Amino acid sequence: MTTLTVNGQDVTIESEDDIPLLWVIRDELNLTGTKFGCGIAQCGACTVMVDGMPRRSCVTPVGSVDGSDIQTIEAMDSPEAKAVQAAWEKLDVPQCGWCQSGQVVSAAALLQMTRQPTDEDIDNAMAGNVCRCATYVRIRKAIHDAAAALEG
Amino acid sequence: MTHQTRRQFLSTGAGLVIGLSLPLGARAQSGAAAVLTRDDVSEGAFAPNAFVRISADDTVTIICKHIEFGQGPYTGLATLVAEELDARWDQMRAVSAPANQELYANLFFGLQGTGGSTAMANSYTQMRQAGAAARAMLVAAAAEQWDVPLGEITVSDGEVRHEASGQTASFGSLADAAAQQSVPVEPALKNPSEFKLIGQDLPKLDTQEKSTGKAIFTMDIAREGMQTVVVKRPEVIGATVASYDDSAALEVPGVVAVRQIPQGIAVYANSTGAALKGRSKLTVDWDTSNAETRTTDQIMADFAAAASEPGVVVEEAGDSAAALSDAAQTLEAEYHFPYLAHAPMEPLDAVLELKDGKAEVWMGAQFPGIDSGAIGDVLGIGAENVSMNVMLAGGSFGRRAQTSPQIGLEVSQIAKAAGGDGAWKLVWTREDDLTGGYYRPLTVHTLRGGLDAEGNITGWENTIVNQSIMLDTFMDQGNSEGKDPTSYEGSTKMPYDLPALKVNWVRQKSPVSVLWWRSVGHTHTAYATETFLDELLEMAGKDPVQGRLDLLKPDMGRDRAVLEKVAEIAGWDGNRVKGDRAYGVALHESFSTYTAQIAEVSDEGGMPRVHKVWVAVDCGVAVNPNVIRAQIEGGIGYGLGTALFNELTLGEGGVVQQRNFDTYRMLRINEMPEVEVAIIQSDADPTGIGEPGTPPIAPAVANAWRALTGTAVRRLPFTSAGV
Repeated sequence: MTTLTVNGQDVTIESEDDIPLLWVIRDELNLTGTKFGCGIAQCGACTVMVDGMPRRSCVTPVGSVDGSDIQTIEAMDSPEAKAVQAAWEKLDVPQCGWCQSGQVVSAAALLQMTRQPTDEDIDNAMAGNVCRCATYVRIRKAIHDAAAALEG
Repeated sequence: MTHQTRRQFLSTGAGLVIGLSLPLGARAQSGAAAVLTRDDVSEGAFAPNAFVRISADDTVTIICKHIEFGQGPYTGLATLVAEELDARWDQMRAVSAPANQELYANLFFGLQGTGGSTAMANSYTQMRQAGAAARAMLVAAAAEQWDVPLGEITVSDGEVRHEASGQTASFGSLADAAAQQSVPVEPALKNPSEFKLIGQDLPKLDTQEKSTGKAIFTMDIAREGMQTVVVKRPEVIGATVASYDDSAALEVPGVVAVRQIPQGIAVYANSTGAALKGRSKLTVDWDTSNAETRTTDQIMADFAAAASEPGVVVEEAGDSAAALSDAAQTLEAEYHFPYLAHAPMEPLDAVLELKDGKAEVWMGAQFPGIDSGAIGDVLGIGAENVSMNVMLAGGSFGRRAQTSPQIGLEVSQIAKAAGGDGAWKLVWTREDDLTGGYYRPLTVHTLRGGLDAEGNITGWENTIVNQSIMLDTFMDQGNSEGKDPTSYEGSTKMPYDLPALKVNWVRQKSPVSVLWWRSVGHTHTAYATETFLDELLEMAGKDPVQGRLDLLKPDMGRDRAVLEKVAEIAGWDGNRVKGDRAYGVALHESFSTYTAQIAEVSDEGGMPRVHKVWVAVDCGVAVNPNVIRAQIEGGIGYGLGTALFNELTLGEGGVVQQRNFDTYRMLRINEMPEVEVAIIQSDADPTGIGEPGTPPIAPAVANAWRALTGTAVRRLPFTSAGV
């Protein structure tokens, strides 16, 4: 029986240990902001924070993160996450929106580790997050804007 | 809210409703949740027509007949209403329309549907009239309440005012009284010079929810007792189930049932994880007697051979055969375009709840009435007992505009096979999506061109070989005369003055289903025509920009304007190569929108690296320039990634070889070029913007690549062309 802390709450998971964390979050915990895109860690739509690091929940068996602290898009409230979301809104980054939870989680994680990322830092941190609408021009600008807002 | 009351709301389209009001109070103040669900919209709202609701809390909700999957109709259509209503932008909300083929018809299609980049174009007058009618009724109500002449009342920024007496009122406070006024039939519309909101970069209504994980899509719907269903489908397109063994699947905890349906073997479970695990334990033998068992190499060879068969002449001028035989120089080229998957980020899905002979459905339907009809038929309850919630969808690019109601049929077959009442969520995986057919048609173009001694193009012939998207579907209205313009659009009616020209279409058939894919026929015709033309101009010693300008027919002013504009912003100086960078141009009109692009390209390890793209676009009145720029950026990214990397191939026995994003690879942020967009100022009625950014990017890149390397790429993607 897996136990997790999800968005600050302790939960006991009923799903089998080999079920991906993604489906546990979405189906069992009803947190639907985290999205399914590929199931093989190729698109990043399912990105969540596991013990402070971004992780692809679609390939993470829930049993493998027993006892971990999970944070999903619904509870992203760090200054970095708020700056990212404010920049996302200012630049109207999303189009269809399906990948954007994963983009926001990855971008906030980048700013937590690198306060003033270069374009190369952004490429390295964000290349795992696919946006089929190709909102990449705005994602890049929004991350720079969020970094500037945090600095200011 | 019960079914009955929801239906009451839906049936109020033509008239006015008076009644109870649900509180929406917090929203207008906070600016939160601008995308509503049908249950959120006040039943007592002032309803001047099928498209506008004004609530006592002062919110104005537009009922959007077009699905929102990223191209911006919620924002764009709300802008049209707000403009004529003189509303404040922060009081605007949007909700999707239910299925109603008459009330919410696409005026270009004659039935409810989104596609062909028509949302803004077909709604421009209709939605402005809807806003203007509401405004007139608010004014009439105020005049009555204040006992002043109509003509003395003004409206601006969401406030109704009588200047002389100093009286003011909000829309919400007048809503009940306005509902008593008669509905104007043809309310006066503003002159474009009076626009305050149209033409502004208004923030999109759906951005906040989509940046915070709060936006609700089909896959996010949960119903009491709902089961999740995944379907094991054939790996060879067109195969059917011969036999199956579900014993191991049924042992998976959480798996409830396994049923055969026409589409394959359905696994019903208590969660998605259990359903997927159960499906992986199924053993299925397939009957491939009606399947496509050729490889795509074989199909391509067959299509290329068919180019010499008689087809349908779809455009002809002068004597092209004589022109080519008399030419001083000729060029011939054969182009190969692969099958392509749309690969929207949210795979296909649907939720259906069946209770007491009534079905409620949640899905990203592009033709909701067609899906409702199919569901009603399969369940034997009739479309009138199907309530359709058109959901936000995670992309489509044409995939959800089904020429057969694929998802409606599948989810209703799942419900039927389960037997009895219940709720089911159908989920496709990425593998289902990529191997499931409905591809951009595999296409061969054979082009011949001739130049006279002065380098003028004297002859042009193009034969296009591919499958038809529309013929033999419900979209074929019986007056097609064997022609399907979506197979060759963009290769006809070119803006250039070509004195002797012939365009021929040879239709082919295959069990592989095909579908419109962002910009449809233009995906291949723009590439074939604009790269072939570029080669002819080079043979003639002409500049790619000036050569095109000289070739444009005199009345092609909008083509000329975008080409001149893009050359200006890119600083075009006639040098196709500067250092390690090369520059390529392409011009293409699609969906009545004119687009020219110049791409800056270098050679990075034998593949094109696109650094920057300059774009000029004329789509008529630019209702929201920020949305237009976003669609051009996105259309370029979509077209570029595809041209560089994507093909859907069938291997031995017809097995689809690309199953997920590891082999069907998406453009990533490090590969996205900088994009600079110039929008031509125009008072013409707006035209499409979701698709026209896509066609020119691949030929612009290919033309730059040929300038840089001397290699003409005539087979896409670049990776398979051996670049």
